[in-house]
Amino acid sequence: MIPSPFDYAAPTTVAQALDLLADAGDDVKVLAGGQSLIPVMKLRMADPTMVVDLGRISELTGVTDDGDSLLIGAMTPHHVIAKDLLIATYAPLLAQAAATVADPQVRHRGTLGGALVHADPAGDMPAPVLALDATLVVAGPHGERSIAAADFFQGYFTTAVQEGEILTHIRIPKYVGWGSHYEKFTRVAQQWSIVAVAAMVRVEGGAIAAARIGLTNMASTPLRARGVEAALAGCALEADAIATACAQAADGTEPASDLNGDAAYRRHLSQVLTKRAVLSAAGL
Amino acid sequence: MASSKTITVEVDDVSYTDDVEPRLLLVQYLRERLGKTGTLIGCDTTNCGACTVHLDGVSVKSCTMFAVQADGHQVTTIEGMATDGKLAPLQEAFHQCHALQCGFCTPGMIMQSASLLKENPHPSEAEIRDGLEGNLCRCTGYQNIVAAVKSVADGVEYGDSGVSASLEDAQNAGVS
Repeated sequence: MIPSPFDYAAPTTVAQALDLLADAGDDVKVLAGGQSLIPVMKLRMADPTMVVDLGRISELTGVTDDGDSLLIGAMTPHHVIAKDLLIATYAPLLAQAAATVADPQVRHRGTLGGALVHADPAGDMPAPVLALDATLVVAGPHGERSIAAADFFQGYFTTAVQEGEILTHIRIPKYVGWGSHYEKFTRVAQQWSIVAVAAMVRVEGGAIAAARIGLTNMASTPLRARGVEAALAGCALEADAIATACAQAADGTEPASDLNGDAAYRRHLSQVLTKRAVLSAAGL
Repeated sequence: MASSKTITVEVDDVSYTDDVEPRLLLVQYLRERLGKTGTLIGCDTTNCGACTVHLDGVSVKSCTMFAVQADGHQVTTIEGMATDGKLAPLQEAFHQCHALQCGFCTPGMIMQSASLLKENPHPSEAEIRDGLEGNLCRCTGYQNIVAAVKSVADGVEYGDSGVSASLEDAQNAGVS
């Protein structure tokens, strides 16, 4: 399958990329790792006349320690996220989710920023980024702005990134003393999540002091399971009590029905997977 | 008409400079421009892994990359795995372990296995199966593929079966 013809530019700085986007009009696509955009172009579901490839902008790749937070370049590929020492130390949830994305070849090319801006409801990176309270740094013609993860995901394949803007970095607060786990349910290898749960738990004195739960594919955007988080705060480190708290995981969700499962099945899955994720994050 | 781009890519240790349309996929460039038909197109949808090659030493699906993205980079295909007429250990292991039936997935399987062993030289069976998650085989049931990769990880040495039989050998074997 061959995409429609397009013009191609590979800038080496963010400033060049923004200039190219400003000149290209509205029929332009930004190419990150290409593991979603290229298949869509091959199917001709997207046929931009111009593609701006961020792959040669070195300032967009890598993980840096920035005081109270980690700053992750948007073009950092999943396989690096999965193995990076800083991420393993301060935000292991992100690494755990990245290790489940698609397959090794796709993880070698696909990027964190690309996955977030693509915003597929079944994508694995948005829910952890939401649970981690990340801040998304976006560059545009009028400078840089920071967007809270809670405001970033706006609907199916829709984010707060506007035309002419580029997601440049993901800022994640450092978490110390938290356990985490990403529990993903699929039927076959390399499948998109049917449902997945990103869980972080801080245990103090034999009880759960705080929990953060992100849900994948339970609505058009990733969701926080706020009811579960509230119920887990102060919850004993005991499987039955945790299961009871996790029973409300589906509250406020709006899962789709498709060939992999209907909405009721997804609601059920969200409860089971939240329990598993929290138990694992708590070390039980 | 979109303008073409000049790219320089090192493929299997040879440097090539070509004008390509931006929409030309890397796999098409390898097969149709360079004649490297050892890299196969299976599903053409990023699922099957038959088109797996190495880009700067790590595995990628060449059907899901534009040739222009490889400009200035190093590509290794299955055709660059043998050295001096001697099969690479993984190729030899696939041969000896009968890790193929129709053989269509084999180039991609070997390239992904090589990438896996580079990242994890001593994988468990489960890690091999995970590592080959992006490569589909519809014949073997994967058993002998996993066995072949495991044998290389375990350092099993195979005798040299020779990378290319002579025409006479091939005819004697009923292949023409």
